[in-house]
Amino acid sequence: MLRLIKDTLISQVVTLWRVFVHAFAKTDTVEYPDVQPQMAARWRGRIILSRDPDGEERCVACNLCAVACPVDCIALQKTEDEEGRWYPEFFRINFSRCIMCGFCEEACPTNAIQLTPDFEMAEYVRQDMVWEKEDLLINGTGKYHDYNFYRVAGKKIRGKDKGEALNEAPPVNVRSLLP
Amino acid sequence: MAKISVDGIEYEVNPANNLLQECLSQGLDLPYFCWHPCMGSVGACRQCAVKQYRNAEDKTGTVVMACMTPASDGSIISINDKQATDFRSHVIESLMISHPHDCPVCEEGGECHLQDMTQMSGHNYRRYDFKKVTHRNQDLGPFINHEMNRCIACYRCVRFYDDYAGGTDLAALGSHHHVYFGRHEEGTLENEFSGNLVEVCPTGVFTDKTFSAHYTRKWDLQTAPSICSGCGAGCNTTPGERYGTLRRIVNRYHHDLNGYFLCDRGRFGYDANNSRDRVGEALYRHAHTDGEPRKALSAIEGARQLDAMASGELIGIGSPRASLESNMALRQRVGPQNFFSGMGDAQLSCATEVISLLQEPGLNCPDIRSLELSDCVLVVNEDITNTSARMALALRQATRNAASAMAQDARIPLWQDAAVRELAQHSRSPLIILSPQGTRLDDVASDTFLGTVEQQIVFVQSVAHAIDANCPAPNCAPENGAQVTSVANALCAAKRPSIVSGLSAESLALIKATANLARALREYRHRHGAANPSVDLCFAMPEVNTMGLALLMKEGGGSLSSALSILRTGKADAAIVLENDLYRRASAEAVDAALASKTPLIVIDHLHNAFNAKAHLLLPAATMAEQGGTWVNYEARAQHSYQVFQPEGSTRAAYEWLVPNNPVRGPSVHGDALLQELAGESRSFAPLLELLSSRSGIAALMKSPRQSHRFSGRTAMHANVHVHETKQAQDPHSPLSFSMEGLLLQKDASLMSAAWAPAWNSNQAISKFQEEINGELKQGNKGVHLLARDGERGSYNKVEHAPEQGLAKYFIEHLFGSEEISAASPAIQARAVPAYACIGKGLAQSLGVHQHGLLRLCADRYSVELPVLIRDRIADQCVGIYCGGEVNRASLCGSVSIEAVAKDANVLASARAMFSHLVISDTLPREG
Repeated sequence: MLRLIKDTLISQVVTLWRVFVHAFAKTDTVEYPDVQPQMAARWRGRIILSRDPDGEERCVACNLCAVACPVDCIALQKTEDEEGRWYPEFFRINFSRCIMCGFCEEACPTNAIQLTPDFEMAEYVRQDMVWEKEDLLINGTGKYHDYNFYRVAGKKIRGKDKGEALNEAPPVNVRSLLP
Repeated sequence: MAKISVDGIEYEVNPANNLLQECLSQGLDLPYFCWHPCMGSVGACRQCAVKQYRNAEDKTGTVVMACMTPASDGSIISINDKQATDFRSHVIESLMISHPHDCPVCEEGGECHLQDMTQMSGHNYRRYDFKKVTHRNQDLGPFINHEMNRCIACYRCVRFYDDYAGGTDLAALGSHHHVYFGRHEEGTLENEFSGNLVEVCPTGVFTDKTFSAHYTRKWDLQTAPSICSGCGAGCNTTPGERYGTLRRIVNRYHHDLNGYFLCDRGRFGYDANNSRDRVGEALYRHAHTDGEPRKALSAIEGARQLDAMASGELIGIGSPRASLESNMALRQRVGPQNFFSGMGDAQLSCATEVISLLQEPGLNCPDIRSLELSDCVLVVNEDITNTSARMALALRQATRNAASAMAQDARIPLWQDAAVRELAQHSRSPLIILSPQGTRLDDVASDTFLGTVEQQIVFVQSVAHAIDANCPAPNCAPENGAQVTSVANALCAAKRPSIVSGLSAESLALIKATANLARALREYRHRHGAANPSVDLCFAMPEVNTMGLALLMKEGGGSLSSALSILRTGKADAAIVLENDLYRRASAEAVDAALASKTPLIVIDHLHNAFNAKAHLLLPAATMAEQGGTWVNYEARAQHSYQVFQPEGSTRAAYEWLVPNNPVRGPSVHGDALLQELAGESRSFAPLLELLSSRSGIAALMKSPRQSHRFSGRTAMHANVHVHETKQAQDPHSPLSFSMEGLLLQKDASLMSAAWAPAWNSNQAISKFQEEINGELKQGNKGVHLLARDGERGSYNKVEHAPEQGLAKYFIEHLFGSEEISAASPAIQARAVPAYACIGKGLAQSLGVHQHGLLRLCADRYSVELPVLIRDRIADQCVGIYCGGEVNRASLCGSVSIEAVAKDANVLASARAMFSHLVISDTLPREG
C-alpha cells in the first residue's frame, strides 16, 4: 500500500506543485513579431553570399555548393573578369526547395555562401522564393571575417600578381642559368 | 600469357607489357602520372611504386616502379604493402609542394587526374612550410589556357605534343624545380592536335579556353555518345551541354578509329552550335516577293507551310553533312526519282568509284588504328593533315614501325619509350608523299614528290607499271625515273603497305590511277607469296556523311547539275534542299540561274548562309549534338550518334520536318523507322538492322541517364522562368533519358559518353571500360561496316585524263576554315585565314608579284582577286587556291589564268597580318 502511494500519489502531488509554482515563473513565450527572438549565430536560416575583406565577391563559381545540395536548388554559371578573377554570372537559389541543411556552406571553399539566423522567409507567391545573386549578395564578410581565397590561391587577378599570394616565391625566370 | 601474383591473388597477364599497364588492365587501382597508354613509360613521376618480391620465400621485397618493370611470368608484387603505400604518399606530397590552392578556380577541378591520384595515395594536408615556386603563364592562342603553377612536371605534354604529334613549338624549358613547359615565346600552339593537351595533362596546366568561357563542371554536363562532324573519319566524341548550350567536346575512345585523340577542328568546332548565325525559327516569304524580309513562323505554322508548299512535282537535294535518316526522309518525301545528290558532280563520281573499290576483293580499307600499323605508306595528293587530320596522326605513328621493329630485334619492350627512341634515332618507316605543295607530314616523310595532280597521276601510273608490267603505263614517261623505282621498291618491300588518298582533288583519274597502283601491288604480293596479299587502300572523305549519301545515290537519284537544270527550266513545283549551301557545291552562275526561275525553295539548315538567304521557307535544323543520327565514315562504317540535348524553340532534326502528315513534328517521329525501311530496301544498307538491334537493349528495363549522378541545379536551373519544375524531356525511342535517373552503366561501354568510375573522375577512367589497356571497349559499339568485299576483282582501269587547259591549279584545304560548320566557331575563326592563292618563286618572278601581293584569277566568266603566298615547296608552274568560305570553287574548276594586280600598302599590310598565323610547312624532308 505504502509502495503504491510512493509510486503514484507522491508523483502526482509533486506535479501539481510544479504546475502551481510555474504560474509565478517568468514567461518563456516571446510576443513575436513585436518581440524578436534571440537566434544563435550558427542557426541555419536564410542563405547569403558574402564579400571578402577587400569588398569583392567571395564566390568563385566553383559549383561545389550546387553539387553538395541534396535538393539541387542552387544553379549558377561561372564567368571571368578581364583579369582572370572567376565569379558567378548568375547565382540562383530556389528557397521553395531549400531544406536549410547547410551542406552548401560546408562545401564552400571560399566562405562565400553562409547560412544566417534569419528565418523569416515566407512569401505569398512561390515564385518570389527564387532568389538571384542580387538578392543574395551582402556588403560584408558575414560570419567569417578574415578569409580571402584569392590571397591564398595561385591564380593571378587584379591587384595580385603571380608570386604575390600567401607563401609564394616570386615567379621563376626561366631564362636564368643560376641554380 | 604469364601469371603474376598481386597481393596474393593470381592474374593472367601479357608478359609483353609492364606491371602498371597489366595491373590497370586487371581493374586494380594503382596511381600514375607520366605513363600514358599511347605513349608508354618513362618512369619520371615515381608514383606507381609497388613492392616486388624475388620469390615466395622473400618477405622483404624491393620497391620498384610498376611502369618500368616487365610483367614477367611468376612476378610477385604487392600494391598494398605498407612500404609501397608510404612511398607513394611521400611522392605525391613532394609533387604537391608547389601546387597552388587553385582547385575551385581550375577548369580541371572535378575531372582532375591529380585530384584522383592525390586522394588515392592518401595525401591530404600540406606539411611543407616553405614558399611555393611560381611561374608566369603564356598566351597560347585561342584554344588553350596556360596555368603553369599547377604543373607537376610529368612531361606528358611534351611527350604527346613533340614525340607523338610532331609539334615543334612546345618544350620543357629551364631545369630542376624551375622546369617550364611552354613555347620559346608567347604565341599560338601551332600543332593540329594541341587540344589533346587538355586531356593528356593530368592537372590543370593546359585547359580548354573555349570551354572556360562558358565553364561547367564535368558532372553538370549532359552528355551522350556522339560522332564528330568535322570530316569523314567518324571519330567518336562526347559533347556536353548545360543550360541549353553546347559547352565542349571531348574525345570518346574508339578502339579502331580515334583512340585517345581528336584533332583541333573536331574539338573546338563545336561552338558553331551556339553561333549567332543559327537559324532560330522558321522563316517564310511568298515566292513572288523576293527581297522582302521573311516572316517568322512557329514550329507548327512552319510545318503546315512546308506541307502547303511541298505539293505537286517536288525535287529534293540531299546533303553529305545530313544524317542518313534525314537524307532518307527527303528521298521518301520527294520520291527516289526526284532525289538529287547534294554533292558536286565530280565529287559524287569520285565517291561512287571509291564505293566500288571498297567492295573489291584483295583490297582492304584500313581503319585508323590499322593505318598506324602500316610499315610503308604512300599518300597521293591528299593534304591529309588538313582534310582528315586524325588519319594524319596515325600516319605519323606508322613511321615509328621501323623503330618498333628495331626494338623487337634488340629485345627492348615497346613500352620502354625513351629506350626505343634512343635506339631508333631517325630511322623511320617509309612514308612517301605526293603532293602539289609541302605538307605538314613532310618532316617524317622518307620521300616526297612535288607535282600537279596531272604529274602525280603519271607518277602513280609509272609506279604501278614498275610494280606490275601488266598495268598500263602512262602516256608520257615521268621526269624522274629513279624516284619511281625507289617508290616501287619501297612499296614492294613492305609487309603491310598502305595507300592513302582522298577526294579533295575531285579527280576521278587520280582515284583510278591510285586504285590501279593498289591492284598492281596486290598482284605483286600475290605473285611473291605474301602471307596476306591484300593491300590497304583508303580515301579520306571531306564530310561526315559523304559516304552515306554516295551509297544512297547508288540506289537511284540524279546529279546536282540535273537538279539545277530542272530548277532552271521551272519544271518543278517546289524544291527542298536539305542542310546544304549549294554555292559550295556548284558554280555561283549555275545556282543563280536555277534560283532565277522562282521555283518555291524550301531549305532546312542550321546556319544562315548566302544560299538559304534566298529560300522562301527556311526551317531550323538540329545540329549533330541536337539530334540522333546515323553517319557513314570513309570506310563505310555506319555509326550512330545520340541526341545530347533538346534544342529550344522550333529547331528539329531535319527528318522530323520532312516526315509528311505529322502536324506536330514532335519527338514521336523517330529515325529508326526510316533506317529500317532503308535497310529493307537496299542490300548495301542491310547491315543497318544489326546496328539498330545492337542499340535497342536496355538493361533491366531501365534507361541510361544522360546526366551524371552528381548533376546539380535540377530544381533551380529553370526556376527564374517558372518555379514549378517542368517535366523532363521525353525520349521514347532511345535507350538514354534526359535525366539523372536510370541505370548508370559501369564497366559497360555500350552507352558510355563521359567515362567515370569510382575514384576515377578524370578521363583516365576509360581504362575501367576497356577489355584491357588499349583494347576494345567492354560491350562497346563500334558501328557496322555497310560494304562487304564481295564485288568483282577489278581489272586495271584505263585512266582517261584530259590534260588541263591553261595553268595547272590545285585547291588548298585548311583544317581551320575549310569545313563549313566548324568554320562558324569563333575559336576556329581565330585560326582561319581568308581565301588566298599560292604560287612558287619561279612563277612569282615571271608574273612580277611579290610576297603577300595581289593576284587576279580569271576563269570563264568568273574572276577573283586574292592575296598571294609565295612558297618554297610547291610544284612548278601551278597555282594553289584556298577558297575558304568566300571563293566559289566550282567556278574556278575550268581553265584559270592569273595576273598580278597592283596593290597599295594597306592591302600588303593586311595580307601580311593575315598570313602571319597561317601554319604551313616548308621544311625539307629528312635525308636518306
